[in-house]
Amino acid sequence: MNVNATLLVQMIIFAIFVYLCVKFVWGPIVAALEERKKKIADGLNAADRAAKDLELAQENASKSLNEAKQQAAVIIEQANKRATQIIDESKAEAAAEGDRLVAAAKAEIEQEVNRAREELRARVAALAVEGAQKILQTQVDEKAHSELLDKLAADL
Amino acid sequence: MAGGVYEQPSDYIQHHLSNLALGNHPDYGWGFYGGDKVADLGFWAIHFDSVVWAILMGALFIGVFASVARKATADVPNSKLVGIVEATIEFVESTTKDIFHGRNPMIAPIALTVFVWVLLMNALKFLPVDLIPYTLEVVFGVPYQKIVPTTDPNVTLGLSFSVFFLVLFYSFKVKGFGFIKELSCNPFSFKNPVLQAVFIPVNLFMELVGLIAKPVSLGLRLFGNMYAGEVIFILIATMTALGFSFFTVLGGASQLAWALYHLLVVPLQAFIFMALTLVYLSQAHEDH
Repeated sequence: MNVNATLLVQMIIFAIFVYLCVKFVWGPIVAALEERKKKIADGLNAADRAAKDLELAQENASKSLNEAKQQAAVIIEQANKRATQIIDESKAEAAAEGDRLVAAAKAEIEQEVNRAREELRARVAALAVEGAQKILQTQVDEKAHSELLDKLAADL
Repeated sequence: MAGGVYEQPSDYIQHHLSNLALGNHPDYGWGFYGGDKVADLGFWAIHFDSVVWAILMGALFIGVFASVARKATADVPNSKLVGIVEATIEFVESTTKDIFHGRNPMIAPIALTVFVWVLLMNALKFLPVDLIPYTLEVVFGVPYQKIVPTTDPNVTLGLSFSVFFLVLFYSFKVKGFGFIKELSCNPFSFKNPVLQAVFIPVNLFMELVGLIAKPVSLGLRLFGNMYAGEVIFILIATMTALGFSFFTVLGGASQLAWALYHLLVVPLQAFIFMALTLVYLSQAHEDH
């Protein structure tokens, strides 16, 4: 328990260790810890911002989705309308075309009938002459009786 | 050490409480001395074991912490050692911020050095009392060895007086002449200059006693706690010197119990030393 120069030596050693601690320990570690604190704070801020951005993006996405849905509904409605319109128009056109065809056919038939009738009429005179010849067993002069025959054909 | 070397248990205790001193003995010249002869060496001798173990512990502290500091990054700590070192530094930093309100970048590293160094020196207590002294004696013929530096008042007072000089330095640096005024015009202060002049010696005496008491109490507190603990360790160790018996078992159990108790004392004393260092340095920076 003697107090001696150990006291002074201890003070010198203490000073040396404090110097070493300041130079090699405290500075670098505290700097690293401060940097880490800053990094963590930045990270948390970034995360907050990202979360906000995500929320905003989701809002935007759902908004555009709704808009798209509405547009799609409008388009489908229009398409349906247009389709019915086209069908109706086609139906009307088809009906008109049908009517037209029927009318044309009828006209042709009538024409045909008339033509057949004319032909028949034309040939009636000859047939009558032939029939009369057979009945009379003689020659009938067409020229002589043409007036009569024409009258007959006109009556038919 | 047990077994016939010591005639009485008190010899054993005396031997274990003696430092290995390096000095100039009036009768035997320069050399290493222990026991009663240490006192004859006078002031100009050093306790070689205290100094060596103190340097070893300080070097351990600087070595470990500097190796971590060299690789310190802002990334995730990649080992337990880094975590321990960073936790220690953060603990010291927060304690410093709690106690010391000035702006002085030197204070926190001083506190860290004091805390870890004292902690490591105290922790040498956990080694069994005979382990290193006996090994050194048998292998190298070293006659005396007291390995816990904080059981040497020179070491603790050396630390506390270093703190004291830092207090004086910062007091003058921060307050200048105000520091003298603080010492001479307190606790008795008067408006009347004549009356004040009469009381200056009284004030000076009281304040100086208070000032000197700080480092002395700081150093002796640590020394007292550590020395008392060491004496108990050695006393318990004498039990096992009685040969293998009931006392051997009792001694072992007591050593264990006392060591477990010191798990509390060792860090606590280191913390108290650091906290008081911070308090004194904080007072030095406060201008009234």
